[in-house]
Amino acid sequence: MEPILKIENLKTSFMTSNGEVQAVRGVSLTVGKGEILGIVGESGSGKSVTAMSVLRLLSDTARIKEGTITFKGQDLIKMPKKELRGIRGEKISMIFQDPMSSLNPLIPVGRQVEEMIREHDPDRRKEEVKKDVLELFEKVRIPEPEKRYGCFPHEFSGGMRQRVMIAMALANKPDLLIADEPTTALDVTIQDQILRQLRELEKEYGTSIIFITHDLGVVAELCDRVAVMYGGLIMEEAPIDDIFEKTGHPYTMGLLASVPDMDQDKEIRLQSIPGSPPDMTNPPKGCPFAPRCPYARQLCASELPDFVQVGEGHRSRCFLRYSDAPADANNPFRK
Amino acid sequence: MVRYFIKRLGMMLIALFLIILVTFVIMHSIPGGPFTSDRNVSKEVEEALNEKYHLNDPLPKQFFDYVGNLLHGDFGPSYRFTGKTVNDFIANGFPVSAKLGGVTILFVILASIPMGILAAIKNGKWQDMLVMAVATIGVTIPSFVIASILIYIFSFRMGALPSFGLDSWKGYVLPVITLGGYSISYLARQMRSSLLEVMGQDYIRTARAKGLSEPKIIIRHALRNAMIPVITVLGPTVANLLTGSFVVEKIFAVPGLGVHFVNSVTMRDYTTIMGVTIFYATFLLAMVFIVDVFYCLIDPRIKYD
Repeated sequence: MEPILKIENLKTSFMTSNGEVQAVRGVSLTVGKGEILGIVGESGSGKSVTAMSVLRLLSDTARIKEGTITFKGQDLIKMPKKELRGIRGEKISMIFQDPMSSLNPLIPVGRQVEEMIREHDPDRRKEEVKKDVLELFEKVRIPEPEKRYGCFPHEFSGGMRQRVMIAMALANKPDLLIADEPTTALDVTIQDQILRQLRELEKEYGTSIIFITHDLGVVAELCDRVAVMYGGLIMEEAPIDDIFEKTGHPYTMGLLASVPDMDQDKEIRLQSIPGSPPDMTNPPKGCPFAPRCPYARQLCASELPDFVQVGEGHRSRCFLRYSDAPADANNPFRK
Repeated sequence: MVRYFIKRLGMMLIALFLIILVTFVIMHSIPGGPFTSDRNVSKEVEEALNEKYHLNDPLPKQFFDYVGNLLHGDFGPSYRFTGKTVNDFIANGFPVSAKLGGVTILFVILASIPMGILAAIKNGKWQDMLVMAVATIGVTIPSFVIASILIYIFSFRMGALPSFGLDSWKGYVLPVITLGGYSISYLARQMRSSLLEVMGQDYIRTARAKGLSEPKIIIRHALRNAMIPVITVLGPTVANLLTGSFVVEKIFAVPGLGVHFVNSVTMRDYTTIMGVTIFYATFLLAMVFIVDVFYCLIDPRIKYD
């Protein structure tokens, strides 16, 4: 599959008064045409920073220090701002986590979507653009689009606002949609509707999607492929089925074990991974997960494992997956 | 919404009545009267004066007479300037103060808002530092010091601008800078911090993700949101500037309302003190009311029901 986006060795840091926070420390990813790639990880793993780096939407304190992000043969990192603006919203669009604050409170929602279209196609006639917006509203199932067009964001619920955001993101039929935890702030029922819509829209437009979440259930429902991030690095990358059936990294195992099970005895406490994520001002030299890893060896603390191939399209960053790893009792992959 | 504003108007009248009551009570509880000062007047003359101005009537009657006159727009006679009424003072002084104030307001708005915007856009750069330095000077140095420095440089040394009077446009320059200095600094700071806060909001990131240019983002998305707190302070500032400043009017010999107000206090000209206080209070209430109307126009979230 021809990749539409190719991120290579991306390193993004934040310059803070406490020093450099190395949020992303060398991430490489590809997204194929029409593919839905999930990026999973806990808070602070660098998943959102990776996504924001693509359109360079990070705050002023952030610096993209290294790497290339190739989109249609062009490096988005080196691209002049003016040219990049032509891509933002037109070829690559984004949906953000908090629909409550992502829309301008003083502008009617219809006009905010309209702006997205007119910015990239200023010669279109106003009535025509409005018709497009109404169609989009219908597509994302906003009831009574005509009536809702002139409403302000505060008159909408969270789910409805996120639909407006989705309508906006899809307005110019982008090649790539980056959704940064779009359902995290919503009710579970609304979440399900939004996911279903994203999938339908992906089918209809052939839009590739990068879907960022900390919810493995959502990933299972939506994605073709998953990258699991931890400590600013990708720990495992695999086709969706392999992540659940041939889990290739102790961290992913920990994540899967912490997903609540409907059949589980209520008396048993929900499992969690003990410990906390590393301090990214001073990232560990070795594997960032080593301090929390139940299978960690001496080597893990001092050296960073390579990202090795463990199956078809399946890679893992773990010494235990090396072909020469000892097959002892403390290796979950060689039992 | 109309109902809310009618309610607000009612509240304003109550507030105004309380202000009148309080000023009246304070004025009449100060020991001594308007005629018990410098020159020695005989008992009979003082008695006659008290009789003439109804100062021997019971207080409640005096109060209601006063309020009754106010309703006819009559602030009463001046106790110290025979033959003059408080209405005369206001009619003569207010237009002068208001003209100077009006020019100052225009100057304040045209200077402070662009300054604040520039400082916010160039956050941390030299432009920001410069604006903030000027703004800090503006709020910390008292106006009479600024006035003295300006007069020394532009009138005394350079002879370029007059140091008193409002006879030509040149006469306005120094009083306007002096009068507006504090407000410019204050509003520029307000504008800067408010715009900086807005620029960090999620919907600004959304606007960036749409591919809008920074100027478009600021004009279409940030400014209106950032103006809300600025308008809040703009209301009282306008009232303040229009009704005149004692210091500036005194220094630049401007025959405005501010001078009358302070002079009336030192001269115990009770009716003038009350009249000007009530006039100022009415003005301030009106400005606050106008600010509320502006909120409604700018922010659709405010419904006031």
